[in-house]
Amino acid sequence: MANEENAKTQDIKLDDTRRVRVLSPGMLVAKRFFRNRLAIIGMVIIIFMFLFSFLGGAIIPYGQSQVFYRTEEMKKDYAGATYISDYMLFENKEAELPSDLYSKSILGISTGKNVAETRNGGKIALRPLEGDSYIVYHAEETKNPRAIRSQEHDAAVGASDNYFEYDGVPYIVDSSTGKELLYMVSELGVVCKLSFTPYAQSTVLPFDFYKNVLVAMSQGDKKFEAQGNTYTLEQGGEESAMVLAEDGSDYVYITNMNMNSVIGGVFLSPEFKEAAALAIKEGAESFEYTSQPGEASLPETEGEGAAEDAAMENAEAADAKAVETYLLSEKNGQYLISRFQQTRVIDTYAKPSKAHLVGTDANGMDLLARLMYGGRISLLIGFVVVIIEVIIGVIIGGIAGYFGGWIDTVLMRLVDVIYCIPSMPLYLILGSVMDHYRASPTVRIYMLCVVMSIIGWVGIARIVRGQILSLREQEFMVAAEATGVRVSRRIFKHLVPNVVPQLIVFATMGLGEVILAEATLSFLGLGIKYPAASWGSIINAVNDSYVMTNYLFVWVPAGLMILLTVLAFNFIGDGLRDAFDPKMKR
Amino acid sequence: MKKFLIRRVLISIVLLFFVSMIIYGIMRCMPASFVETKAMELSQKPGAKSYEEWLDQLNASYGLNDGIIQGYFTWASKAVRGQFGDSWNYNQPVLQKFSNVIWYSFALGLSAFILEIIIAIPAGVAAARKQYSMTDYSITVIALIGISLPSFFFATILKWVFAVKLNWLDLYGIVGRMHQQLSPMGQFLDMAKHMIMPVTTLTIVSIGSLMRYTRTNMLEVLNADYIRTARAKGLPEKKVINRHAFRNILIPIITLLGGALPGLFGGALITETLFQIPGIGYTSYQCIVVGDIPFVMFYMLFSAVLILTGNLIADILYAVVDPRVRVN
Repeated sequence: MANEENAKTQDIKLDDTRRVRVLSPGMLVAKRFFRNRLAIIGMVIIIFMFLFSFLGGAIIPYGQSQVFYRTEEMKKDYAGATYISDYMLFENKEAELPSDLYSKSILGISTGKNVAETRNGGKIALRPLEGDSYIVYHAEETKNPRAIRSQEHDAAVGASDNYFEYDGVPYIVDSSTGKELLYMVSELGVVCKLSFTPYAQSTVLPFDFYKNVLVAMSQGDKKFEAQGNTYTLEQGGEESAMVLAEDGSDYVYITNMNMNSVIGGVFLSPEFKEAAALAIKEGAESFEYTSQPGEASLPETEGEGAAEDAAMENAEAADAKAVETYLLSEKNGQYLISRFQQTRVIDTYAKPSKAHLVGTDANGMDLLARLMYGGRISLLIGFVVVIIEVIIGVIIGGIAGYFGGWIDTVLMRLVDVIYCIPSMPLYLILGSVMDHYRASPTVRIYMLCVVMSIIGWVGIARIVRGQILSLREQEFMVAAEATGVRVSRRIFKHLVPNVVPQLIVFATMGLGEVILAEATLSFLGLGIKYPAASWGSIINAVNDSYVMTNYLFVWVPAGLMILLTVLAFNFIGDGLRDAFDPKMKR
Repeated sequence: MKKFLIRRVLISIVLLFFVSMIIYGIMRCMPASFVETKAMELSQKPGAKSYEEWLDQLNASYGLNDGIIQGYFTWASKAVRGQFGDSWNYNQPVLQKFSNVIWYSFALGLSAFILEIIIAIPAGVAAARKQYSMTDYSITVIALIGISLPSFFFATILKWVFAVKLNWLDLYGIVGRMHQQLSPMGQFLDMAKHMIMPVTTLTIVSIGSLMRYTRTNMLEVLNADYIRTARAKGLPEKKVINRHAFRNILIPIITLLGGALPGLFGGALITETLFQIPGIGYTSYQCIVVGDIPFVMFYMLFSAVLILTGNLIADILYAVVDPRVRVN
């Protein structure tokens, strides 16, 4: 070093002021320190880590425990469809209905008897229509010979119908018992295997409508009336039919399939049913359907935070007419209509991308943010522990070294005892006990700091004591004593500052050790716990070998962070040691 | 010398007394409910003793019902006689479990120790010989990286490279799947193969300090007058380094290594856990996690004894090589 300086200053004159410039001891140390390349590298790394953790944590838009979602195309069941195999009863709300109307009707249909007695003693009569539909009447036996002999009766029987009207009174003829019986009837309801879907969701269909549309369908009429309105019927084969309102708009879709959405709150429009029914009839495996504006197609939402976004997406989806492809599958006569849907799922182990520069972890949290916040905790724990260690170590070491004698012996035996306590098992036991009590992450951090400092101060006490032991014999201490300086002042103002170089070196290297110990504990799952992050707890994910194998981006950055930080502290400590103690050179 | 020895041993025993007291105190700091819950959990395991039996055994061997001092003596008097009770986790006497697992740890520790010596000492000497050279810088940086490397991170990298990518070694364990079918020699090789990664991890993370220690001592020796004399009388550099300098650094190094010898039995808690080597470290880790007080107490006491023995050996070796120490 001296040679280098000579070489540089060779061409400077002997009386040049620069030659005689005297550097203070501190400046000399700083100069030596900054000449050490490794120490500079260490400084740069540490500054970077601080900026990364403290500034980065403030800049990054994500929180350390913010969960991210992604949308995924998932095949979701949308609706189910079956051919209606059971009769459906549409009741006449105005009539008085017997309680077992439905069961008696079905019984009548299945046994072929058109007249049956209900529980309340009344009788019901069925009028078969084309296409497995029936009109159910309340029947009262009557003996109106004129009606039996009427033309209308003959016409009905001739058309193998059992219903006729005579003189404005409806009658049913029943000849199943062998004798022809005549019943005077009033309508109770209709029984059919059809479903009716009105176009407008709010439309409530009156009984009249059901009856008349069924009659019209069975008789092949194109028009029918209900409640004073005229409707046009467009038959689409046996299975389905479309009813148009007077102005020619679609009014009701009739089909022999029962379709229900499996997603709550979704109204299946007649167009959809029409398209689906057509596809089922043709045996197609998929069909396309253009959803109407305003029609709800609810995306699944998972998690509360997602609900708002989902609602917005919904609104967007509703504005656009989207052509969606639906898939059909059949199982035991049950048709399942499914579609690929955008579903929001937690974005776990996302590869590094623009949104997440380091990817996301198992909980869908941004790894970069967690690295930053984890860095804060790791660095803070390091500093807090080392500061406490230095305080305890300097006080105990100073007292032991200054007083010597039995005080020294007692204190140093205490140091020896603590030195002998195996630290790692102790930390682990502490972690395990805190697990047992389900301690909060904050409590864990504090406890960890306290216990690590209580174990760690002994090294510093030894150094301080050793130095002070030799320093107190020197003349300046005799001078201090002679001038009557207080004992505490003598220790902490006159002796301890002389130990500062060693202290700084030891503390810098100790920082690295503490960070390493904390990381190890967190890695074993007994240190910092979720949701708080630390570098060690981030690497903890490798305990799952699938993560270790496939998601390097989860554990490699955190490991490098620890390595670099500890290495940097060691570089700096090494550099400081050399700078403070030029005798040892490096 | 004899007086010195006796004094050191007596001091160690006194220290052990206090250390064991602190360890006992730590155990007593665990809340009573913790012990009771544990005993309850234990008794519910199939084939386990009843709750009262566990609790009685604990109270008897740890003096939990007595005051902390009296309880300590109850426990210590049994511990001195080698009665450490039954492990909760393994349901067998602590000492039996210990003797089953300790040799794995010793094999692991010894292999790493030998490798460490073989690598670190020549490297440290080489660095000191050419101070400020490229060799010196790289050895210093490697040593510091070794010190700074988190063992779990390094172990994970090793696993990823050799077990996952290259598929040469198994991820975990001490024996392979076909271990039972192998010949005795094959079984030994199988276990040796499973030791490769743990030994590497342990060596790399502990190599740094010995390397630096060697280098510092070598530098000191190389600056000594007798080395200058040796050079001045025209000895070849090889002879100067290997004979005159190296013999002199052996004193501090052997002292250091002697002190580290008992540690070979201590097991590497982290490394064994990472590779699931069934040594004392991994066994203790499992016991700690489930709160197996008898085993953990024993392990902590055992570790403390090892540390004390290490210090004692180092002190004695110092006294052997440096007569000045004996006088004071």
